[in-house]
Amino acid sequence: MIWDNLLIALQAIRANKMRSLLTMLGIIIGVAAVIAVVSIVQGLDHVISTQFEGVGVTYIMVFPRQDLQDPDLAGREVTLTYEDGLAIMERATGLRYFNPIFVRGEVTRSGSRRHASMLLGVGPFHQEVSNHWVDRGRFFSDLDMQRSARVCMVGQEVIDELEIEEPILGTDLIVGSSAFTIVGIMEYQGEMLGQNQDDFVLIPITTARGIYGIEAFKQLRLDFQAESPETVQMAKDQIKEILRVRHRIPEGVKNDFQVLLQEELLETTGAILGTITSVVAGIVSIALLVGGIGIMNIMLVSVTERTREIGVRKAVGARKSDILIQFLIEAVTISLVGGLIGVLVGWGLGILGANAIPGFPPAFVPLWAIALAFGFAALVGVFFGTYPAAKAAALDPIEALRHE
Amino acid sequence: MLISIRNLRKIYRMGQVEVRALDGVDLEVEAGEYLAIMGPSGSGKSTLMNLIGCLDTPTSGEYILNDQRVSDLDDGELASIRNHEIGFVFQTFNLLARATALANVELPLIYARVPARERHRRAREVLERVGLGDRVKHQPNELSGGQQGRVAVARALVNKPSILLADEPTGNLDSKTSAEIMELFDELNAAGNTLIVVTHEEDIAAHARRVVRMLDGKVVADERTSPAKAAP
Ligand SMILES: Nc1ncnc2c1ncn2[C@@H]1O[C@H](COP(=O)(O)OP(=O)(O)OP(=O)(O)O)[C@@H](O)[C@H]1O
Ligand SMILES: [Mg+2]
Repeated sequence: MIWDNLLIALQAIRANKMRSLLTMLGIIIGVAAVIAVVSIVQGLDHVISTQFEGVGVTYIMVFPRQDLQDPDLAGREVTLTYEDGLAIMERATGLRYFNPIFVRGEVTRSGSRRHASMLLGVGPFHQEVSNHWVDRGRFFSDLDMQRSARVCMVGQEVIDELEIEEPILGTDLIVGSSAFTIVGIMEYQGEMLGQNQDDFVLIPITTARGIYGIEAFKQLRLDFQAESPETVQMAKDQIKEILRVRHRIPEGVKNDFQVLLQEELLETTGAILGTITSVVAGIVSIALLVGGIGIMNIMLVSVTERTREIGVRKAVGARKSDILIQFLIEAVTISLVGGLIGVLVGWGLGILGANAIPGFPPAFVPLWAIALAFGFAALVGVFFGTYPAAKAAALDPIEALRHE
Repeated sequence: MLISIRNLRKIYRMGQVEVRALDGVDLEVEAGEYLAIMGPSGSGKSTLMNLIGCLDTPTSGEYILNDQRVSDLDDGELASIRNHEIGFVFQTFNLLARATALANVELPLIYARVPARERHRRAREVLERVGLGDRVKHQPNELSGGQQGRVAVARALVNKPSILLADEPTGNLDSKTSAEIMELFDELNAAGNTLIVVTHEEDIAAHARRVVRMLDGKVVADERTSPAKAAP
C-alpha cells in the first residue's frame, strides 16, 4: 500500500515536473545552504582538530595576555620570560618537557633570492613538545645551545622560495642580518586555513637571545608537555599559581598570561564554528519554513485539481486513511526529493567554495548532516502536507465526483 | 433480498427552495436481476443510483444492502462496501487520465489490498473479458469512447461486486458502441451478475428484464418485461 502510494506520488510529481521543481526550491535552497556551510565548517573543524590533536592531549601552551581593554592589565608591563619557564619546570609537578618560543618575522636570503618568513627561536625539546620532527639532517645539539651556534633548521617552503639547491644541508642562509648554516629540514606539514605551515626557520633560543637581546625576550611563548593526560589539569593549575607569584599579581586581579590545553584549543575553535553553524541553522530554518509553505500551497492546489480523482478513488473503495496517506506521501516525497537535490547542490557548493579559497581545507559532509537534512525535509513534508492531505481525505465522494 | 429500499428521501435545500430529488422511493432488487431505471431529466435517477452505490447519504428512509443497514455504517465500512459490493460505471466513465487502462482497472484491487502480482493478473483477465486484452497499456486519451466505456466496466467488475451500477453508460456513445456495451451487459447478466442501468433510451432499456420508471423523485411504474434477445 505504501509502495503503491509512493508510485502514485512519483507519478504525480513526474506529471508536473516544472511545478514540482519550483515547489521544491525552498527545500532545495534550505538544505543546500545547510550542507554547503556544514561541509565547509566541518572541513575546517576537521583540519583544526587534526592539527591540534597532533600535539597531543598533554600539550600545554602559555602565552602573554595583552588586553588594553582590561583595566587590571592596562598599566602593567606584561612579560613572560625564559626564566618563568625554568621556574615552572623546577616547581611544577607532572611536566615532562619545556619549550620556550621566540617568534619574529624576518627576511631570509640565499644567493640573490629574498623571502619573508617566520623566525622561531626554540629550546632543545621543540620536537618533543610540538610533535614536529626533523626530516633530514639533524636538530641542533646541546653544544649548539650552549655556544649559541649559528645553525638552523628550515621548513620546505623556505627552501622552495629561496630556490636553495642540493646539497641543502651545510648551505648558508642569511636571516635578518645574521648568517646561519642549515643543519636540518623539518617534516612537511602542508597548509592550514590558507596558511603555509612550512614557512619558518628554527634557531636555538640562546642564539636568538644573543642576536635580538634581552629586551626582545620579555615576551615569549612557553610550551610544555605534561607527563600524562592525568597530570595536565594539575600542571595547568600549578603553572598559574607559579606565574601569579612570580608576576606579583594581587588577589582578585586577572592573569597577565593565558594557559591553554589542547582540549581547550579544540573547544575554542569548536565554539566559533558552532556559532557559525547555529547562525546558519537559523537562516535555514526560515528557508525550510518558506519551502514548507510552498509545499502546502502546491498540495492544496493539487488537492483541488484532483478532486475528481479523489472522488473516483473513494468511489472504488479508498478509505479516508488511504487518501490521507497518498497525499502525505506525495508531500513528503516532494520534500525528500528536494532534500536530495539540496544535499547534492550544497555538497557541490561546499566543494566549489572550499576550492575557491586558496589553501582552504577540502569540504567534508558528515553523515549526520545528511541525515539531519533529510529528517528535516521529511518533517517539513509531513507538517505542511498534513493539512492538504486531511482536506483531501475529508472530501465527500459524491461532492468530489461532481467537482468540475 | 439484495437491495431493500423503503421510503427513501433526498432533499436539497437551496436557500428558501427545497428540491425533492427523491421523494419517498420504495424498491426491492433481488440478486441476478437486470433492471433499467428510466425517467425524464431531473426525475432523480442519478440521485437514486448514487444512494444505492453508497456514494451519497439520504435525508431519510431506509436502505438495506445485503442485510446491512447502510445508514449504520461508518466511513471505513462504506468504503469497504463500495470496494467489494458495488461496481459503478459513470456516465463520463471517470477514468484516471494519467493512468493506463490496466492501472485504472487495478484501482479497486489496490484498495482491497490485493498484492501487486495478483492485481495485474486479475485486471488483465477482466480487460481481456471486455475485449481490451491488446489495449492494457493505453491511457484513456488513447482509447475510443467505447473502449473507455469498456475499461470503466472492467474496473467496476474487477473486484467481483454483488451489483453493477451504470448511470447512462451509453449516453455519450454512438449506437454501434452502445450496442457493444449493452452486449457486454447482457453477457454479464447471463453470467449471474446483478445489473442496474439508468437510461433515457427505450432500446437500451429493452435489454433489461425489469424497468422502473421515475418522475419527480418517485417511482411511478415498475414492470417486468420479457428478457431481451441476445444481439445477433
Ligand atoms: N447537488 C445538488 N444540489 C441541489 N440539487 C440537486 C443536486 N443534485 C441533484 N439535484 C436536483 O435533484 C433533482 C434530481 O437530480 P438527478 O441528477 O437525480 O436527476 P436525473 O434523473 O439523473 O436527471 P438526468 O437524466 O438529467 O441525469 C434535480 O432536480 C436536480 O436539480
Ligand atoms: Mg442523471
